[in-house]
Amino acid sequence: MTKLFATTALLAAMTLPAYAVQPAEGETLAENQTYNFWLLDAIKSLDPAKNTDVEGSDVLRSLFEGLMNEDAAGAMIPGIASSFEESDDKLTYTFHLRDAKWSNGDPVTAADFVYAWQRVVNPDTASEYAWFIELMNVVNATEIVKGEAAPEDLGVKAIDDKTLEVTLTTPTPYFIKTLSHATTYPVPQKVIEEHGDAWTQPGNLVGNGAFVLTGHNLGVDITMEKNPQYWDAENVVMQTVKGITVNDNNVALTRYQAGELDRVDIPAGQYPRLSQEAPDEAISIPYACSYAYVYNVSDKGPEALKDVRVREALSLALNREILVNNVLQGGQRPSTTWTHWAIEGFEQPETELATLSQEEKTTRAKELLTEAGYGPDNPISLTLQYNTDENHKKLAIAAQQFWKPLGVNITLNNVEWKVHTDRMQNQDFDIARYAWCADYNEASTFLDWFRTDGYNSGKWSNAEYDQLMADSKTAEDTGPLYKRAEEILAEEVPAVFVYHYSTVDMISPEIKGLPTENVLNTWYAKDLYRLAD
Amino acid sequence: MFAYIMRRLAVAVPTLLLLIVFSFILMHLAPGGPFTQERELPPQVLANLNAKYGLDDPLWKQIINYIWGIVAHFDFGPSFVYPDRSVNELIAAGFPVTLTYGSLAFVAAVAMGVGLGVVAAIWHNSFLDYLAVGISIGAQVLPNFVMAPILVLIFTLWYGLLPGGGWSFNDPSFWIMPVIALGTSYMASIARITRSAMLEVLGSNHIRTARAKGMPEHRVILRHALKPAMLPVISYLGPVFVSMITGSVVIDIYFSTGGIGKAFVDSALNRDYAVMMGVTILVGALTILFNLIVDVLYAWIDPKIRY
Repeated sequence: MTKLFATTALLAAMTLPAYAVQPAEGETLAENQTYNFWLLDAIKSLDPAKNTDVEGSDVLRSLFEGLMNEDAAGAMIPGIASSFEESDDKLTYTFHLRDAKWSNGDPVTAADFVYAWQRVVNPDTASEYAWFIELMNVVNATEIVKGEAAPEDLGVKAIDDKTLEVTLTTPTPYFIKTLSHATTYPVPQKVIEEHGDAWTQPGNLVGNGAFVLTGHNLGVDITMEKNPQYWDAENVVMQTVKGITVNDNNVALTRYQAGELDRVDIPAGQYPRLSQEAPDEAISIPYACSYAYVYNVSDKGPEALKDVRVREALSLALNREILVNNVLQGGQRPSTTWTHWAIEGFEQPETELATLSQEEKTTRAKELLTEAGYGPDNPISLTLQYNTDENHKKLAIAAQQFWKPLGVNITLNNVEWKVHTDRMQNQDFDIARYAWCADYNEASTFLDWFRTDGYNSGKWSNAEYDQLMADSKTAEDTGPLYKRAEEILAEEVPAVFVYHYSTVDMISPEIKGLPTENVLNTWYAKDLYRLAD
Repeated sequence: MFAYIMRRLAVAVPTLLLLIVFSFILMHLAPGGPFTQERELPPQVLANLNAKYGLDDPLWKQIINYIWGIVAHFDFGPSFVYPDRSVNELIAAGFPVTLTYGSLAFVAAVAMGVGLGVVAAIWHNSFLDYLAVGISIGAQVLPNFVMAPILVLIFTLWYGLLPGGGWSFNDPSFWIMPVIALGTSYMASIARITRSAMLEVLGSNHIRTARAKGMPEHRVILRHALKPAMLPVISYLGPVFVSMITGSVVIDIYFSTGGIGKAFVDSALNRDYAVMMGVTILVGALTILFNLIVDVLYAWIDPKIRY
């Protein structure tokens, strides 16, 4: 999407009343407006500054509300900010807040946002997500995290109770898209100072979202009831939202079938069967994560992988169609790019990988390896490391088989998650399984990974690529830059891109309002309602 | 006897200290740390976290601080992975759950296991013996990770009688399946141990004497056979009781009880050092305590044993 279009869409949204899914005509609401959703694990923290995971964000989105929300298609729409202005130099944003209240009746003010953001970057808070405010390029965020500036110096100011001003160090095309992230939610200073770490307990927690926390049994369930103080409460249909922890995916499916849950992930391999048996319940929707085998091209990496021909050969020889259609079987898509195909405004470049048939690709792979001096007569031995997971294992075994005829002998190395991560970050691997999920709906969330100073555990580096990514921050139209960046990735092959994720879920036909087009899979309980069966 | 118990308790203190020091060192030897994650933290963020949790101190200092926290304040530290909670809170939330379903399962397993074993031994090589042995072998070969989903399938999905998981202290319907799934294989082991111990005792001289002097059979069984036959059972039950009340990761996962068994395994995988230490110490202390109780019971049952 071009930035012009983004801005237009945003302005159009601004003039409309806030979005709320409403029952269509002819639909009868159930008397019991309860939504029971599945949580794989215990919620680690209900503090927006300390939450680090997706499930925690799902809950926080009901308890708090940030400046912006997302609609069913993933577009940004007003949340607590009813409108905003961007300065000509794109460095200053002024947000105008609507009349909203905390669940204890206090007004939500600009100062609440200032306090919340300062708290995230304050080293005393030790937030694992302090980097998110840095990613937003808010003035002084990095200095405060380093302890070189005071939290009060953060580029966020309350002009008055209803006006919030944010200053950025550099124009940031995705800035507005970060504002629906839980890390940016306001928090109640008074309550936090009164209760300390215990402020997130039921009874203590005060939020500004559509629901209030009424119960939390760690690792068992979490219950939220409709918040009468919420500014748009009249348009909220759902009365009770309950997250139920079931640590095993198959048991969760059984409990879904028993009617205890309204939505669960479908366990690996069961989608084809369930979509036959229950076509109006089984869904597969794109999810903005990308799966790859990263090459270690650092000094500590194997010699063979420093040759781009070898890297490309392995990528070409991997039959992704088989991996996706026969192993994963959940509507995932074979990938030829690092950026997820469904990311807003992203255009996939035409590459060899995308256009040739698998047979042509395998032939080409053999040629490349022969050119590089390798082949069945002079085999390469490499290890492929992955963390413990049934699917990672199946895919790795398949990859091993696809690469074997080329004369590439792969030793599989299955390690525990923390060991895997630790080794990757210390370049102690040959090829490693990796996945990245989008923080916001824009290609840079993926592409920044391969910057020389990005996370980039394989330590691939390319000056043109770095320049493109730097330029994209201020460019009017980022599309061509992102496309060129992907072309470089296709030429240089720092990793084998394997597939793009999809979410495969069972959703009760009684529940309406769950978005199926938002590639970040963000959902808001306030938009849901239950039909009578 | 009293002096013996005091002596054992005095030895327990250095034992626990050694346990703490060894666990602490082993834990820190494992690659990765609590904040190692896919999205590598910027060095400064990591430094802030390490500073907050005292992980930037040398290991010996961390151990001393940790032990001092326990001795002086009974404070097992903050959880690294659940930043809103302390280890004391996490254990206080999870331990009562496993204690409840664990002790119920223990009582059920002992009652049924001993019952089956005694019946099998008395009517040795009869139909009842084969039935009891059949049941206990069946229960033994059906591991709880197979049993749990089958129970959910039958009682939740097919008949809708019981909730498929979760936990409530007020509603015993949540307890039933965890108790059955946890207790079954223990019951089987108890039945087998009881049966063989009973058979051995029933063949011994003092039983023949008791019968010869015309004592009624039920008194022979209850007073003279069962009591000595319980010795091997009790030495098995001590550690089993501790492992049952400190939870089973399988039960916690399948029934989402929020119990401490899963918390322990998670803490190891997450490198949540403080939670892992807290549960290790809890299990260690309980093991020491129940080994002592078993030894005291020995002396009470067997007059030949004197401390």
